[in-house]
Amino acid sequence: MGRYFAIRIGRAALTIVLVVTFAFVVLRLSGDPALMILGPEAPPEVIAAFRKAWGLDDPIWFQYLDYFSAIAKGELGRSMRDGRPAIELVLERIPATLALTLPAFFFKVALGVPAGIYAALHRGSGIDRAVMMTAVAGFTVPSFVLALLLVLVFAVQLGWLPSGGQDSWRHAILPITTLSLGGAAVLARFTRSAMLEVLGQPYIRTASAKGVPWRKVVTSHALPNAAIPTVTILGFMVGTLIAGAVVVESVFAWPGVGRLLVVAVANRDLAVVQCILLLVAMTMVTSNLVVDFLYGFLDPRLRAKGAHA
Amino acid sequence: MSPLVSIEGLSVAFNGVPVLRGVDLALGKGEALGLVGESGSGKSVTWLAALGLLPRHAKISGSVRLDGRELLGAPAAELDRVRGGRVAMIFQDPASALNPVLTIRKQLCEALALHRDLQGETVKAEAKRLLDLVGIPDAARRLEAYPHEFSGGQVQRIMIAMALAGNPDLLIADEPTTALDATIQAQILELLSTIRREMSMAMVLISHDLGVVAENCDRVAVMYAGRIVEQAPSNQLFADPLHPYAQGLIGALPPLDGPRRRLTAIPGTVPDPAHMPTGCAFAPRCTLATDPCGLAAPTLAPIANDRTVACIRADASRRALLGIAAE
Repeated sequence: MGRYFAIRIGRAALTIVLVVTFAFVVLRLSGDPALMILGPEAPPEVIAAFRKAWGLDDPIWFQYLDYFSAIAKGELGRSMRDGRPAIELVLERIPATLALTLPAFFFKVALGVPAGIYAALHRGSGIDRAVMMTAVAGFTVPSFVLALLLVLVFAVQLGWLPSGGQDSWRHAILPITTLSLGGAAVLARFTRSAMLEVLGQPYIRTASAKGVPWRKVVTSHALPNAAIPTVTILGFMVGTLIAGAVVVESVFAWPGVGRLLVVAVANRDLAVVQCILLLVAMTMVTSNLVVDFLYGFLDPRLRAKGAHA
Repeated sequence: MSPLVSIEGLSVAFNGVPVLRGVDLALGKGEALGLVGESGSGKSVTWLAALGLLPRHAKISGSVRLDGRELLGAPAAELDRVRGGRVAMIFQDPASALNPVLTIRKQLCEALALHRDLQGETVKAEAKRLLDLVGIPDAARRLEAYPHEFSGGQVQRIMIAMALAGNPDLLIADEPTTALDATIQAQILELLSTIRREMSMAMVLISHDLGVVAENCDRVAVMYAGRIVEQAPSNQLFADPLHPYAQGLIGALPPLDGPRRRLTAIPGTVPDPAHMPTGCAFAPRCTLATDPCGLAAPTLAPIANDRTVACIRADASRRALLGIAAE
């Protein structure tokens, strides 16, 4: 068991290193922070001084090693715009993002999972078709289109809700709705197919054949099995809590991590972008690890395999 | 004596395609009936339909009575009491027939709690007794194991234990040994017949293996394309099959004693359920078929004591059989 998880954790660490490396290289190859931040009109000596101050003149492999040795010491760099530590900038944005993504996660689960189960149990019924059509619409429509549509209807036409900003809880309704609908749609489809798969299994027929009432067949025989694939997608959704709202935050002018990321990328504010990506990679990887642990908890067959590995 | 189960005119269609076309079958208390036929002939569907275990889109008509009580269209609560309580069923593929995420104890005790008035520790004690009965060693400890920790033969034993949990009057064994290798197969069949004798339980053994049925059943019904074509006591059917299809099945078996002979295969294939021939479904493959065979489907008619056959050429068929024997 220990070896199994040691391998998992090693692999997770490798993933994080790869993500950070990729971001590091791409950001440095795709634009000059000095020009972005100081502007093209800036005098050449100012630009040269800026480059020197931030170590941008050093060879890229040197910068890279420098960056990693700093990370090893727990330093994530400073913003090139205002010199504040990048981690501070990012951390102060996290509550605003979680204020959107946590309720949205709750609504995704509360809407998507029951809808999927219901659709599977009433396969082929009008409600099943309605749920699935909504679900397909929900995840084929990009979130910015949905966001603009909601703004158009509820802010512009009806005037019920504000179209952007963060002044009151009412400002959060449209962004949360946008995030919830797409996620709920994905979950509904996923839960439905997981349930259908399980309901077709011979052990479901066995349970019915021994006289278990249908309601109990569903709750104690089908659901625990359908939970196994559904947990995968839930883990993925937990992984996006920090940076899953980039588009929505931009559309609704919500000052969260997502908006910070967009601005930082546009400015080539390297330390900030890398700090966010590191954080995102870590939440993703952590939620994946948690999913792996959960698999072992939900599926005794994997528990046994893990023990032998 | 009134039968334990009587099935009359049972028909099943999936999406308008008939797969069962009027099955009549009766089963006495404590009787062992074999149901043989090729895959798709409707052997399993007959009993799944009788117990309400088919998917909702299956269209079912006819009548299935258990001790005179109609089961088709019975309320769900009544069916739940019958299933597992009076009629238990075990299936072909033991590996996937048990829930992979629940322990054996949970699955066994669930059946016990549903059909027996047992409380607390007695439930577990009874579960252990059942595992002992079906020959699972170290039962007390093994109750806490999951299905994947057992071999195929052991899982089938556990399925049998679970089926016995409700003290059923009838056990339907749907190809119980098809997925098992030959030695295990013999052990499971031995176990089934011992238990059946001890509990004086009736059994329906669904199989495409004629040898299995011959050894374990009092009576055999042969199914072809959604109908029963012949019913007879086991020894008589194997010695003297009347329906040309039954003859074909038995002719395709190598004899264990007597002179070696060429095995005969039945020409052609089973008709597509969506395009059944009018008249006798076997006629297109039957060497004895005549024009009247194509006109109307023959009904199951008594031909001798305890024997029924659905063939208008049964007499000719019997003569043909004797002809072969005389060669």
